[in-house]
Amino acid sequence: METVTEITTRNFKSQEYFINMGPQHPATHGVLRLVLTIDGEIIKKVEPDLGYIHRSIEKMSERDSYQQIVHLTDRMDYLSSHINNEAVCLAVENALQLEIPDRVKVIRTIISELTRIASHTLWWGVMGMDVGALTTYFYGFRDREMINDIFEETCGARLTMNYNAPGGLMFDIHPNFVQRVKDFIAHFKTKLPEYDRLLTGNVIFQKRTKGVGILTKEDAISFGASGPVGRASGYSCDVRKHHPYSAYDRVQFNEILDTEGDTFARYRVRVQEMWESMSIIEQLIDNIPEGEYKVKTNAVIKLPKGEFYQKVETARGELGVYIISTGTKNPYRIKFRSPGFSNLSLLNHITVGGKIGDLVATMATLDLVIPDIDR
Amino acid sequence: MKIVSITKTVHDWLFSIMPEGAASIVEMVLIAVAYLAFFAVAGLYLVLLERRVAAWFQLRLGPNRVGPQGIFQTMADALKLVSKELTGTIKADNFLYNLAPYFVIVSSLMALAVFPFTQEFQAFDINIGIFFLIAISSIGVIGILLGGWSSNNKYALIGAMRSGVQTISYELSVGLSLLTMVLLTGTLQLSEIVEVQKNGWLIVQGHIPAIIAFMIYMIAGTAETNRAPFDLVEAESELGAGFHTEYSGMKFAYFFLAEFINMFIIAAIATTIFFGAWLSPFGITDSIPWLGVFWFLGKTLLLVFLMMWFRWTFPRLRVDQLLTLEWKYLLPINLVNIVIMAILVWLNLTIKF
Repeated sequence: METVTEITTRNFKSQEYFINMGPQHPATHGVLRLVLTIDGEIIKKVEPDLGYIHRSIEKMSERDSYQQIVHLTDRMDYLSSHINNEAVCLAVENALQLEIPDRVKVIRTIISELTRIASHTLWWGVMGMDVGALTTYFYGFRDREMINDIFEETCGARLTMNYNAPGGLMFDIHPNFVQRVKDFIAHFKTKLPEYDRLLTGNVIFQKRTKGVGILTKEDAISFGASGPVGRASGYSCDVRKHHPYSAYDRVQFNEILDTEGDTFARYRVRVQEMWESMSIIEQLIDNIPEGEYKVKTNAVIKLPKGEFYQKVETARGELGVYIISTGTKNPYRIKFRSPGFSNLSLLNHITVGGKIGDLVATMATLDLVIPDIDR
Repeated sequence: MKIVSITKTVHDWLFSIMPEGAASIVEMVLIAVAYLAFFAVAGLYLVLLERRVAAWFQLRLGPNRVGPQGIFQTMADALKLVSKELTGTIKADNFLYNLAPYFVIVSSLMALAVFPFTQEFQAFDINIGIFFLIAISSIGVIGILLGGWSSNNKYALIGAMRSGVQTISYELSVGLSLLTMVLLTGTLQLSEIVEVQKNGWLIVQGHIPAIIAFMIYMIAGTAETNRAPFDLVEAESELGAGFHTEYSGMKFAYFFLAEFINMFIIAAIATTIFFGAWLSPFGITDSIPWLGVFWFLGKTLLLVFLMMWFRWTFPRLRVDQLLTLEWKYLLPINLVNIVIMAILVWLNLTIKF
């Protein structure tokens, strides 16, 4: 970091310089600090500096019971909080070898997909904002708002939901739930084409994103990219498809793959995923099985001695939960493999040589949530 | 007519009570103060208009609490900015840092003097009107460059450098597209340009090349005002606030107000050159000359709305794409367009009523 390269062209001596992007910067969407080495407008090096929102969730988990850990996971990737909860719950349930009712599985899947749509609409709005089209932000929020209202009615919270608990759900769904979800799907089917008209088809937007921040399939695999970032490079990595959990084994959906690996491909994959999520919800919403919404667990959950791993597909990619238990009521060690951390690691690789504007556009399609990276 | 009679009374009275030289100076000051007061307020209302238009595009309500329909919102904002402490950086180049906002605001206010609001209502009918406008509007960029350079902030510096690159490039297109129209009028004086348009607005007279010139002018004009999709100068997702990162209070307000007055100026030039300034369509209100003000402002606001529409719909260009657009597309098209227009005028193929 201390070396500053001097570039001598014929008559002028110029110098590379450092610039701090963040921790307070509109494009980093949180407290991420990027130390950029820039030559004029061209990026020479990007060094992410983490730790501004580190809350040691993994260490805190060693102190907490398994029910309490679920609550901490909300605060990692707050835009897919339900899916994070589900990861821990599934890990605990698998360790205890609990038989989970079908009703729980279906409801979890529906809400996971709603969460994914909510996260992607927010990302879409912010993506537009990052490339300078401010209006998209409000369009995205309009549709996300409807999902948040459904969540609020279902479990009382809009963002950090805590609807999952080891063994099932906190409460049964609200009587209006099915109708409201149907209303939302009907609404969103008319609004999603509007997204394409406003942003996807725009010439300036395509110029800004096509051929920018290209990630090859080999790099995607070696950097551990997952989620839409990996799939846009042609790396088939959808956990829902390869290791189905909850009700994903009983629904038909396509894994959206693209081969370009550029910013526009990542954009397109996410927009297409919203269609797929809607299709998954439509398949499940009409036949939510009757039954219990929770199986009885002990008030103090003690996992058997051993190591347990569960991975789920959040809106950002593969979230892994790795629990080492010594047979007590707390985990001996818990480790979260968060998608944002791996996706951030390839930022330097794909942005070097681009302009500052390219960095912002590329970072927007990595869809970083900083608390997910820092934990 | 009323305005003219008032000014005439004042004029006669001034010349009766003091020597000619002093009276002229007092008159100039009076007119300057009147323009300043009017356009400072007009700038504030453009800010309000932008916020309401933006809200309309973005499924929001916009400011609607301070006064009926929020009409005092920007007044309150201005009051806040005036009373705010001026903070700055210690390591800034203080002289230039303080000077920069004045360059920007003065250049935009000066340009307003030449516009013909009606036949009689024009403060400064100079015979090189268009040249004056182009020259004055180029001064503003000096302020932006100075501001960005002197505030000793890397973000501001990048913003200022982008601004320099952008404004210098796009001024060519603005100048050339206006020059295309000057071929039709044969004069640079704005009052005479309006006179020519009594046979049909220039966009009709010059038909195809005039429409091309208008489109180029609007693109380049938007770029000149540093507004989206050309707002690289203050691209908030890239540079925070760009060149005015380190400015606060009234100094920031100068930059902010200048942007909106510049937008008005760009639209007003387009109105004057392409859409017949104060002339009413088909001469429907020719019998009431003072209505020209409304026609002028109406057309200008329509174009201002167009620029706001751009801003709230388009994403931002990247800096190299911005230059590609200018040097590889707009400039060659513009040069060809001038030749076409010259041939058109030479062969007398213009449409006249």
